[in-house]
This record gives sequence, structure tokens and C-alpha cells, in this order.
Amino acid sequence: MEKRVTFSSTITGLLFVVPMLLLIFVFFYWPSAQALYWAFTLEQPWGGGNRWVGFDNFSQLLSDPVYWGAIGRSMMFGLSSTAIAMGLALILALLTDRELRGHKIYRSVFIWPYAIAAPALGLAFRFILAPEAGLLSIINQVWPGLWNPALDGKDAMIAVIVAFSWKYIGYNFIFFLSALQGIPRSLTEAAAMDGSGPMRRILDIQLPLVTPTLFFLLVINITESFQDSFGIVDIMTQGGPARATELMVYKIYFDGFKGLDYSGAAAQSIILMLLVIILTIFQFRFIERRVHYK
Amino acid sequence: MQAKLLGALGALLATAFLAGPASAADKTKIDFWFGNSGDIAKRVQEQCDRFNQSQAEYEVICTSQGTYDASLQNTIAAFRANKQPTIAQVSDAGTLDIMLSGAYYPANKLMKDMGYDVDWKDYFSGISGYYATSKGEMYSFPFNSSTALLYWNKDAFAKIGKDHAPTTWQEAGEDLKKLKDAGYACPLGFDISNNEVWQFVEQFEAVNGEAMATKRNGFEGLDAELIYNKNPLLVSYIKDLKTWYDAKLAVIKNKAVGQTFIEAFAAGDCQMILTSVGDHGNIGRTAKPGMNWSVSMLPTYADAKRHSSFVGGASLWVLKGHSEPEYKAAAAFFNFIAKPEEALTWSTVTGYIPVRNSGFEYLKSQGFYDKAPYTGRELAIQSLTASPADDTAPKGMRLGGLLQVRTEIANGLQAIFINNADVQASLDSAADRGNQILRRFQQTYKNVQLP
Repeated sequence: MEKRVTFSSTITGLLFVVPMLLLIFVFFYWPSAQALYWAFTLEQPWGGGNRWVGFDNFSQLLSDPVYWGAIGRSMMFGLSSTAIAMGLALILALLTDRELRGHKIYRSVFIWPYAIAAPALGLAFRFILAPEAGLLSIINQVWPGLWNPALDGKDAMIAVIVAFSWKYIGYNFIFFLSALQGIPRSLTEAAAMDGSGPMRRILDIQLPLVTPTLFFLLVINITESFQDSFGIVDIMTQGGPARATELMVYKIYFDGFKGLDYSGAAAQSIILMLLVIILTIFQFRFIERRVHYK
Repeated sequence: MQAKLLGALGALLATAFLAGPASAADKTKIDFWFGNSGDIAKRVQEQCDRFNQSQAEYEVICTSQGTYDASLQNTIAAFRANKQPTIAQVSDAGTLDIMLSGAYYPANKLMKDMGYDVDWKDYFSGISGYYATSKGEMYSFPFNSSTALLYWNKDAFAKIGKDHAPTTWQEAGEDLKKLKDAGYACPLGFDISNNEVWQFVEQFEAVNGEAMATKRNGFEGLDAELIYNKNPLLVSYIKDLKTWYDAKLAVIKNKAVGQTFIEAFAAGDCQMILTSVGDHGNIGRTAKPGMNWSVSMLPTYADAKRHSSFVGGASLWVLKGHSEPEYKAAAAFFNFIAKPEEALTWSTVTGYIPVRNSGFEYLKSQGFYDKAPYTGRELAIQSLTASPADDTAPKGMRLGGLLQVRTEIANGLQAIFINNADVQASLDSAADRGNQILRRFQQTYKNVQLP
């Protein structure tokens, strides 16, 4: 007979769970519930009271073409920055895994960008990418007017995508590298002895074996790109020029914290949350099928 | 590990207790939160120190929150948690929200209750008019006040044979052309982000005596509607600006480009800019050595008669929920900063203007405006008081969601300048979107009467 330790009383079990539940309640459920409530009211910022308005906040947002523009831009931003951050991180991890010279240094250095706060990062990239005084101003000396994120919406979008991706490359790199190092050497070595080159080994052995990590990072990157970009946008472009970089999360920050429209910002948060949930469900339903965990 | 941490914490607490001098215990302490940063924050701190040293009963603890927005957010958050400071600085954009909140102790009532007799008429009408209620009552104290001026490079103007700044935009247009022909790459430097459109739209409307919105710019009701887009003067002014921009007579300079228009002017790269008199000190300190520059009042448009410009900056509010001694301390602080000598020190170390006539007279009697670095700052007062006394035009704006309304204007202007959108159509849609914000604001405060 198999011996198992079981808790006789559910109370003991619950007691162990309570601290964690309390934390989650205070830092997640409580604020979310508050946001959900505000989204259906018009809240006075100084706390003078509020009025129930039902779905007014939502219908106002969803009937506004400018808001749909922000949704579109957020999707674009999310997909491109995820593609860049994951693609480059994977390449770097594959190279480091092949134990190129200095791979030990890369392993610790690449995580640093993730530790840099968004405003500092935005400030640095604003300087690097400034068309007249920055490091990239050389481009404009060769081809005048080619690069100007201050006046060209496309350039501004590229600038924020580059800054955001730069931060997440390091984060993704660490995950990819540890996944790659978890692949038994014997597999790749056997393949090498059978005569397959590095590219073949990557495509047929390494990539299929890191799909769980790939999938995990995809979900995290998409989610973060929808939530974590407002600091960079605020410092670099403030949503401009002419709304070209006005992302959903930046609009929440601006309307709520600067404009004191708490209810409008709450409704936008709910829409953003639903969008991220839908995207995540989509990824689990259609992409996870192709992931092999064992 | 944990024991070590606890030990360190204990040591910290002990030093915190020991550090406080015993005599400070019987002083009434109040908090004052403000939004200025950098040099201005240092100057505010100095003013607080002077107050604390001038008497032994009260101590005001002044804390910079970084920006006007952050200061307002933090004050609101603190108020909602019942931990608000006694005095809070609120900028023009947040004025209407706090005025409708009922979260404050009206300034006029506070001073009366605490036994101070304030001559409210001593405030310049252009300044008190901006912060007063529709009935002319002052609920807050104007603190750091400024208005927009035209800064011009005398050396560059000498090259085109002129010794004075343009007084109308038509004259300015000719000067810009001549400056360009004389080889200057940036005759007019400007920016159209949401922080920098006020001098081009709000101040333009004020100086030319036109309305931004109905209901006397919102002073007489939350149902005001934006009408600046229907003012033919403004529309043709924006068209002029766009023509100058296309001809490279006017150049956009901001942080994203790598140099703000203020830095560009100080470096001698741009020859004209429109900015606050608050920047006068900063430009004086950072200007290229040997560069001759001056300020003048904002140009008017064509033959429009000059009216007062609007005051910018922030005022000080006293918040509810404190004790009588704390309010006494606040009143003593306000009484202190109202002294003419304080006005002189404040205006000397910052570019801000005195807010009271008595302060202005004192500055004049001390010969302040005759000294080289400060000459020209009196034009700010002149600009704020340009209207005749019986002028009925509103002295400011009382619009909800002002920051978002400005952002809509900024987005409209950016569409015009950068994406070549139609001027009238863009101004109209910016006004429409601004009106939606005003309606939302009106709905939010449906149960409140505008004072």
C-alpha cells in the first residue's frame, strides 16, 4: 500500500494559503474591482462622489475612431516588438550556446537592460535617436531628412519599438539560453557525428526542444508590450507626433493620471485587460498545440 | 540575516529620533507640497527656510513632488487616504477640479478666520481674475505667476536693420523673411506639444481679446463650449504659421529633435521664441556669452486692440481636515510670503513676477527693473494689465480637463504642421473633441455648483 501524507483538516490547508491569498487580494483583486466599479461610473478625482452611468464610458470609447487607432497601434507595437525582442534574443542565445569566445560575459551582461527603468531607458534612446543632436544625426548628414522621429510618425513608432525591444532582448536571452543548455549534449553531438551542420541541428533539434520556452516568452512578451510601454512613450514621444505613438496603455496613463479622468482610464484598463486575455486565450488554443513539453 | 536587518532598522529609527532637536517638538509643523523641480524647487525651499527662521512658533516642511501633475496626483491620493498636506500647489490645469471638490479651506475665509486683513484688491486684476470665482472671491493664493513674452535676438535684428521687436504678427512675418534672407536658419523656434500650445492659442486669444469658449471662457458655467476654432483671426494666424513653417521661417524645436526652442534661443540658433517670463532667468544664465537679447509683449494680430494676456503658473490651496493651529501656521506662512521684501527676493532668484501691486511698486522703488539681468520683466506686468480697467473680457479660462483639451489642440496643430491636414478642419475637430471632454467633465460634476 502506498503511504501518503495528507492533511486531515481543510483548515490547516487554508491557513497556509491565506497569506498568499491576502497578498493577491490587496494587490490584484481589490484594485481590479475598484477599476471595474469606476469604469461604470463617473468618478470625481478628489473623491466628492460618483454617478452610475452604466456602459456609457465603454460606448463612448468604442465609438471613437481615435481610440480604435490606439488599439491598432498597440497591436502593431506588440507584434513587432515581440518579434524583434524574441528573434534577436534567440539568435544571441544560439550563438552563446555554441560557446563562442566571451560567452560567459554575454551571459551576465545581456540581462542588464531589463533592470533599467523605463524613463531612464527612454531618456537614453531619446538622445541616441534625436535627429539633430543625437548619435543617429549622422544619418541625416548623409541623407538629409531621412530620420526624424520628432516630425515623422513612422520614425517615432520605430524609435519606441527599438527602445522597448532592447529592454526585453536581455530578458528573453536568459530564458532561451537556459532552455538551450537544458538540451542534452549527446543529442546535438550525435547529430553532428551524423553529418548535420549547425543550421540543420538548430532547426531539427534545438528549436523543437525549446518550444515550451518559446511559447512562454511569446505570452509574456505580448502581455508586457501592452502594459509596460507607457514610460518609454511618455519620455520619448508623449504619444506624438500627431498621435502616431499613442498606445492604449499610454492613453490610460495620460487620461487617468494627468487628465484626472479616473473613470475613462478605468474603462480603458478593462478593455485592455480583455484584449490581453483574448490574445492569451488565442495563443493557448492555437499555438500551444504545437508545443511539445516532453 | 533577519537579526541584522532588524538591528539596522532599529539603528535607523534611533538616529531619526535623536536627530530631531528637542525644541522642534513644540512647534506646529505643516506640510507644503509643490510641483516645481530643479532650480525653482531650491528657491521655494529657501523661502520656506526664511519663514521658519523668521519666527519660532511654526515650521513649514516643503516637499517637491517633481512636476505639477505628480504633485496634484500625490495630493489627491493623500487626500483620499486622509493624509493630505496643509498647503498644496495646484497649477492652472487642475484649478477647476479642486475648486469643485470642496476639499479646501477657501483662502479668503482662512485669512479672515485667522485674524489677517488681506487687501485682495492689491493683487493684479489679471492674476486674481484667473484664480477668483465668478463672484470675484479668492479661494487660493496666486504663488508663482508668469505670462508669455516674445524673446528676440537683438544682434540678429540689428542685421536686418531693426532695433525693436515686432508688435503685430504681420510685422513678425516680414521680420522672419528678412532674418531668413540674412542667413539665419531658424528665425522662429517653436514647439506644438501639449505643454507648449498655450502661448499660440490661449494667449493669442487673450491678447487679441477673443474668447476661447462660451460662458466667459467657462467662468459662468460648466456647459461652456470651445469656440476658438470659429475665430477668423486665429484661423488665419495658424495658416500664417503654417506658411512660415513650410518656408522654414519657423522651425520646430523640442526634446525629440534634440534641442528645445528655449535652448535654441539661448544658444543663438533661433532668433525669436514665445515662452514664459519664468524662463527669463534661465535664458539669462545660459545665453551664449556676448549675445544681446530682449523681450517684448506678444504681438497682436493685424489691427486688433491689445488686451491683457493670461497668467500662467500655479496657486496655493489650503486643504480641509487639519487642526486650528495648523491653519494658523498656514495663514502665517501666506502672510510672510506676501511681504514686498519676499516678492523682491522671489522675483530676483526666479523669473516669476510679483503678484501684488505693492510688491511691484517695491521692486520698482528698489530699482530692480533697471538692473541689466532683470530689465524687461516689467513687460510681463504690462502685458497682464494691458486691458483698460472696464474691460469685460474674461481674465482666464475655467475649463474642465484643461490638460486634455490642450492635448487635443496640440494633436490638431501637429496634424496641420506635420501631416499637412486642412487648417480649419483640424481646428474644428480638435474643438469638437475638446467639447466632448468638457461634456464628460460636466457630467462628472453634475451635482456641484460652479462657485
